[in-house]
Amino acid sequence: MSTTYGITIGSDGPALEVRDVNVHYGSKQAIDGVSLTVPKKKVVALIGPSGCGKSTLLRCFNRMNDLVPSARVDGLIEFRGHDLYAPDVDPVEVRRRIGMVFQKPNPFPKSIYENVAFGPKINGFRGDLDELVETSLRQAALWDEVSDRLGDSAYALSGGQQQRLCIARTLAVKPELVLMDEPASALDPIATQKIEELIYELKEQYTIVIVTHNMQQAARISDYTAFLYMGKLIEYGPTDTIFTNPREERTEAYVTGRFG
Amino acid sequence: MSAGDWLTGSDAAFDRRRKLKGAVFAGACGAATLVGVVSLGVLLVDVIIDGIASLDWRFVTALPSRFPERAGIKVALAGSVWILVLTALISFPLSVAAAIYLEEYANRGWVSKTIQTNIANLAGVPSIVYGILGLALFVRGLGLGRSVLSGALTLSLLIMPVIIIAAQEAIRAVPPTIREAAYGLGATRWQVVSRQVLPMALPGILTGTILALSRAVGETAPLIMVGAVGFIAFTPEGPMSPFTVLPLQIYQWVSRPQDEFRAIAAAGIIVLLLLLLSMNAVAIVLRNRYSSKT
Amino acid sequence: MAPTERTDGSEDLGATGRDPVAPTVVSGLGFQRTKNVQERIIGGVLFSCAAISTLVTVGVVVVLLRESLIFFSNVPVWEFLTGTRWQPAFTPQRFGVLPLLAGSVMVAVGSAIIALPLGLMTAIFLSEYAGQRLRGILKPVLEILAGIPTVVYGYFALTFITPLLRQFVPETDVFNAAAASIVVGIMIIPTVSSLSEDALRAVPRALREGAYGLGATKLEVSTKVVVPAALSGVFASFILAVSRAIGETMAVTIAAGNLPNLTLNPLESIQTMTAYIVSVSLGDTPQGTVAYQTLFAVGMTLFIITLGMNILSQWVLSRFREEYQ
Repeated sequence: MSTTYGITIGSDGPALEVRDVNVHYGSKQAIDGVSLTVPKKKVVALIGPSGCGKSTLLRCFNRMNDLVPSARVDGLIEFRGHDLYAPDVDPVEVRRRIGMVFQKPNPFPKSIYENVAFGPKINGFRGDLDELVETSLRQAALWDEVSDRLGDSAYALSGGQQQRLCIARTLAVKPELVLMDEPASALDPIATQKIEELIYELKEQYTIVIVTHNMQQAARISDYTAFLYMGKLIEYGPTDTIFTNPREERTEAYVTGRFG
Repeated sequence: MSAGDWLTGSDAAFDRRRKLKGAVFAGACGAATLVGVVSLGVLLVDVIIDGIASLDWRFVTALPSRFPERAGIKVALAGSVWILVLTALISFPLSVAAAIYLEEYANRGWVSKTIQTNIANLAGVPSIVYGILGLALFVRGLGLGRSVLSGALTLSLLIMPVIIIAAQEAIRAVPPTIREAAYGLGATRWQVVSRQVLPMALPGILTGTILALSRAVGETAPLIMVGAVGFIAFTPEGPMSPFTVLPLQIYQWVSRPQDEFRAIAAAGIIVLLLLLLSMNAVAIVLRNRYSSKT
Repeated sequence: MAPTERTDGSEDLGATGRDPVAPTVVSGLGFQRTKNVQERIIGGVLFSCAAISTLVTVGVVVVLLRESLIFFSNVPVWEFLTGTRWQPAFTPQRFGVLPLLAGSVMVAVGSAIIALPLGLMTAIFLSEYAGQRLRGILKPVLEILAGIPTVVYGYFALTFITPLLRQFVPETDVFNAAAASIVVGIMIIPTVSSLSEDALRAVPRALREGAYGLGATKLEVSTKVVVPAALSGVFASFILAVSRAIGETMAVTIAAGNLPNLTLNPLESIQTMTAYIVSVSLGDTPQGTVAYQTLFAVGMTLFIITLGMNILSQWVLSRFREEYQ
């Protein structure tokens, strides 16, 4: 057990260790020397004004930035003691172990069942697929709404249901860490509430890093909060501290709504 | 004169002229559009009037003959079908693979830029130049002779740029969020492409392919170059057989001065146009189903 | 819950999200190297397919150059480019390409006179005037027009247009440049109209609304705002259409005749470069003769002209493109 700046790391080590990470898009620097530690089975929220780099940082954690030709990432990101950017690391394998839920629901144009089954299938899963689909949908609190129409097109679902389907799809690959990039930003308040409840339940089993522009949301669901501003990590600590007693003036200004 | 006069249009004559000019221009543009439509109509009616009397089942199933009243298009039609199938088999996989490379694999360096520019240029090269290439490369160079295969290879080179460009557009139309979702689940590039992108792009790719193939079926000049001429008495038995195609048969009949040959040329044109129209219809149905889904 | 089993036999790190303790025995993330190799092979295969197109261009150039060079060792380039007589089959042989070039240019100019204005006006009508339903009918009709095989246009010129011309001007030759120009013009209207329409429709709504807001009429918006804003696309479509007319083969072979004839009279019989190439391939010209090599020299001339025009049209597009967001 160790505690730094109020971040408590269990004896089994952190889920993610980020050291001095810089990201450039061409000549433009998007992330500037960010370091932080993500403890296991906790929810970490990344907050900050638009364009502060929170999504960019999140996409470093499962090497989604590799898909942007002009992006360059340096620094160290360790996942359970292994450097994610070591030359022999396959980004495909990284993404299988570190799942991602995107800003807008992006189901595949296939049936509900096929959406959930896609990940396990491509990763060579050979167990009981039906059972895995059901478990994943249950975990995503969607099973009761879709159990009788698994063959229907995913596009027939409402936006909130689609996003929970995308969460179920991510869980079906059994990631160790789930990244969420403003997962509720395209949803109405009721659907948003469901997603938040879901995140609360998921942290029993998963480590979650979530980007949000909604500070109330960060306050409600996260254990720790990191505030980014213009590519830099301004402050990182327990959510209570960040929202009630931040050390930095800029953090206070932002969480109290004075800018951003 | 009050300050607002110019707003209320005091110059009625100017206004009338302006309106008249607008109406004349609109009418002229409409008439210009009609030129194309009417030409198509006149062409079709002309061909049907000339050819319908000669068109019967005997004409479709008869072998060629030196006597117009006995001649048929069986051999040419079979040649066209052979060419169509072989060209599709050759050009489709190669073009789709090239399009996938350019859209999903290539980093935007000079190599892919060169390839892209080159494809755009190839699409504008006259078909007869492909014929010269086919003659030198396939007929002579590879020793394939004046065969169906030489013809199909030549036409494949001709239509590949068209299919590649259409396939690239279809692939580009697949929303990037779908790729992100698949990558986010740990899919490899090929898994993303083969299981998500291609199935979504397929209707668009097929539409483009069918339209390109219908162009190949209507081509004459490059096949004259690879030697699909002369009197071919039998249907092709394999890829190495000599052959002729419908447009070539039509050309040979058109070049005869006698009116009887003109009539069977027109009958041949009707068959050719029916073939092309049905291919186009398939493409349009595919496209409509595709666009209603997204 | 069933454990995740992987077919490649790589070590499963207990990636269930529930593992109580992180394993420390692992030396890497257990990558699936097989997938990596497979990915590279697939990438290589796809690249080869894309590279074929480049090989085709190289092939065209090599094939044309090889035989042309032999030809030009027998016939001086100067004589080829400036000679006014083309008679490779008779003695004395003459290899001046001008009559063929003039034939191609005459058909191109004639068809451009028809197709460029009509095509552009069609594009304006489709983009600015026609409603959704009318467009839905007209566009497929124009696509069909573009899809009619050129041999059919040749038939149409010979059996319909020429007799029509002869009713007005009885001394018109049976094979003549005018009939060929008219059908080639009809043939390339869709090239002009569809590419120009794309360019016109790409002009943003805001620009049109800006002009309408100043009290402009539809005519003024179309001709003074939309067309100028789309000018690079319209010009590119013009160049491409003319290049198509120069490369057009069957309609001119059938309708314009096979007489290399340096003339300005469109009612006379002529021969274009493309028609000459066809006539050589139809006849029994033995390989290795100078007459056979003319095929490649004329083909080279045709290729250079059309390639130059295509590059020009792309340059016009990229150089003068108006970027709207």
